[in-house]
Amino acid sequence: MTEVRDQDTDGSQSFSTAPADAGSSAPVGIGVVGWLRWVWRTLTSMRTALVLLFLLALASVPGSLLPQRGTNPIRVTDYLANDPVKGRIFDRLGLFDVFSAPWFAAIYLLLFISLAGCVLPRSLQHWRVLRSRPPAAPRNLGRLPEHRRVAPTEGTEPQQALDDAATWLRKARWRVDTTAYDGTTGTVAAEKGYSRETGNLVFHVALLVLLAAVALGSLFGFKGTVIVREGSSFADTRGQFDSFNPGKAYDDSSLPPFAFTLTKFTADYQRGGQQNGFAREFSADVVVTREPGAAPSTETIQVNEPLVVGGVKVFLVGHGYAPTITIKDAQGQVVFHDSVVFLPQDGNFTSTGVVKAPDTQPQLGLQGFFLPTFFADKKLGPRSTFPAADDPGVVLIAFSGDLGLDSGKPQSVYKLDTTNMKAFSSAALRPGQSWPLPGGHGTVTLDGYVQWASFTVASDPGKNLALVAALVAITGLALSLLVRRRRVWVRVSSGPEGVTLVEVAGLTRSEHTSVAEEVDSLASVLGTTTSTRTTAPQGPEESA
Amino acid sequence: MTVNETLATYSNYLVYGAMAAYTIAMIAFAVSFASMRGRDLVPASSAPAATDAETGSVAVATKVATGAGGPDDGALPPGRRAGNIGMSTTWLGTLLLGVAVLLRGLSVERAPWGNMCEFSMTSAFAIALTFCVMSTRRDLRWLGVFVVTPVLLILGAAMTFLYTEAAQLVPALKSYWLVIHVSAAMICGAAFCIGATVTLLFLVADASERRHAAGRDYRLDWLARRLPESPKLDAMAYRIHAFMFPLWTFAIVAGAIWAENAWGRYWGWDPKETWAFITWVAYAAYLHARATVGWKGRKAAAIALVAFGCFVFNYVGVNILITGLHSYAGV
Repeated sequence: MTEVRDQDTDGSQSFSTAPADAGSSAPVGIGVVGWLRWVWRTLTSMRTALVLLFLLALASVPGSLLPQRGTNPIRVTDYLANDPVKGRIFDRLGLFDVFSAPWFAAIYLLLFISLAGCVLPRSLQHWRVLRSRPPAAPRNLGRLPEHRRVAPTEGTEPQQALDDAATWLRKARWRVDTTAYDGTTGTVAAEKGYSRETGNLVFHVALLVLLAAVALGSLFGFKGTVIVREGSSFADTRGQFDSFNPGKAYDDSSLPPFAFTLTKFTADYQRGGQQNGFAREFSADVVVTREPGAAPSTETIQVNEPLVVGGVKVFLVGHGYAPTITIKDAQGQVVFHDSVVFLPQDGNFTSTGVVKAPDTQPQLGLQGFFLPTFFADKKLGPRSTFPAADDPGVVLIAFSGDLGLDSGKPQSVYKLDTTNMKAFSSAALRPGQSWPLPGGHGTVTLDGYVQWASFTVASDPGKNLALVAALVAITGLALSLLVRRRRVWVRVSSGPEGVTLVEVAGLTRSEHTSVAEEVDSLASVLGTTTSTRTTAPQGPEESA
Repeated sequence: MTVNETLATYSNYLVYGAMAAYTIAMIAFAVSFASMRGRDLVPASSAPAATDAETGSVAVATKVATGAGGPDDGALPPGRRAGNIGMSTTWLGTLLLGVAVLLRGLSVERAPWGNMCEFSMTSAFAIALTFCVMSTRRDLRWLGVFVVTPVLLILGAAMTFLYTEAAQLVPALKSYWLVIHVSAAMICGAAFCIGATVTLLFLVADASERRHAAGRDYRLDWLARRLPESPKLDAMAYRIHAFMFPLWTFAIVAGAIWAENAWGRYWGWDPKETWAFITWVAYAAYLHARATVGWKGRKAAAIALVAFGCFVFNYVGVNILITGLHSYAGV
């Protein structure tokens, strides 16, 4: 925010409220206060803002190229496992959490301080400009970029010409200041396009508000995800979520007490053609109880149509299959019966999962695949060839031994800890088929399957403020880039032999724009143009 | 909803027709450009921009760079006829492409930008239309070859390795925000593409003028000679970028609103979002650089090109190389 002053044309003050640049060279022998002032000026200079913008863009790049914990924690774990040396270095540098890393925060905080330090003084200055009169006419209007000499209509009084000019300008919504004709000379000064600088400042302030809104959301908001099987229910309490990410200042009392049951999940896929197997329709039919005691209502949640309940939204984010499996021991007693969530591994929903039956002696574990459209690939192993359940089946390996559930170590429900277990048999099952386990371990039956859907429940109290800030920012931006700030002056003076001389001149500081048309229009209102000086639009730009 | 195969087929034929028209336009523009008389490579700063007030003459420096102003009256200046052919075939191609895009949309009863093939096709149309509309306000024959060539390349890519049959959308894209968010991004892409082209040409003209001011020659003098003066190119590029930056901001905000409605958060640093942000910051840096001493001209132009590079990477690189929430619908 520099360099405008020295380029002022002929007596007119700067259009810019930008402070003069002071960040070029460090001062010598000025003490602590002087140094602080120098640091502040350097920080709030345009050049520093530019460097910080570059750094911000550059710092974001690794966040898109490396997996991030915030969006994909599993791939981060994989990365660390596959390349522990590089992974550990990257992790130490925060490259798996770029957008919450201290160095990333340092860049944007410095940028916002720089921005505030630049915008706030400019706002005060612009406020003063908004309440002051347009600057007085320069002594020599002939040196301005646009200049016309006008022969006034026969018999026009000098004051009349000034009044005509002022009226025309006011009608065109210019800010006008008239110096009455004093017998030798009189002027009209006018300025328009203040909204350029207003827009510029509003835009930058809106960015500060946007940052505050983001902070608000991350402090008081929360996000939780949960997998619900068809026929099962979810009640909105913290313990029921599979994962829950609260903000630092989040409080459990802000969880609205609703509950829903997933009655049916429907998925529809493209059949045939180049996009065979692409999803075409997902919908989850739910029965919602909006608050304890309320009458349940039937609703549908779809991908772009979340359920809005109690100030939070419930989004449908994923789906998959849960085979229903029954395990009986050698005596024919049911030791396990449930629909088990299997996680999809590919676009055709080849899904993997495990079943843990701790109530047998020794304990029993099953690990394997659910295939909605069964295909036993001889080379690649079992896989599904279509995402819909056209020909479902499972391929399971049976383990016996100690499941390790009592060891106290936390276990994933999707993984079998096989350190103390031994695989002893495997089989492929279709719905209704049973598999007698060898060695008197009982039988495994695939009863069928249900579908599951995963939901995200999210609340972000800052989002409305963020939206308002963003819309205000766009408006400010449009004003600051599209409005022209310009000034015109009219001078009426008495020439030799009582002739009235009228001059119209104009100036614009917005880059690559011209005020020529308006100067011409004004000149034609006042009389006949006798001479013209005009300049191709060019010139420097100024903005925050 | 089913796909109307007949309309989709007609749409493809029309795209090929448009490509034929653009090929003729490209050749005509190239011939036109090559046969231009060109200008003297005086640095613009030494050319007087305004004359004295007292002469009363309008004295905007109106050196027409298209080779106009031959001494013999009546005859067209060299390259003008070919340029005219280029202009009219570009209009024809754009008309055909416009109908092709419309039919593609009708065949699937939705906005025709549901995958990379359709997005490329519609973007090419947006670039060509932007150029045509701009050409009604000023003489842009000199720019023709530099715009029609990328349009043709994009169409070629859309119809070959990006080609996707007309089909329904994945559920994630079924939202009216697809129309708002993607069309805004596409218009920005079209304008940024032309902006980057003009910026590149500015760098050539500037390098050439700079060397001539120092009494030296430049490898690309043959190119620079046929271009408008560097300040004009600079001004044109700036206008395009300044006009589009608010729209690009809107495109990102519209995307954020959609993301909030689809995924439960308005910003999540998904690769697509991250690169949209990087592009935004880069264009913001360009606009700031133009107001910073020592960064105007060449350096600012370089930033604009980097910003466009980020935009292109966000489209091509992120879609193909990186897996994220925006990976869907095939390429």
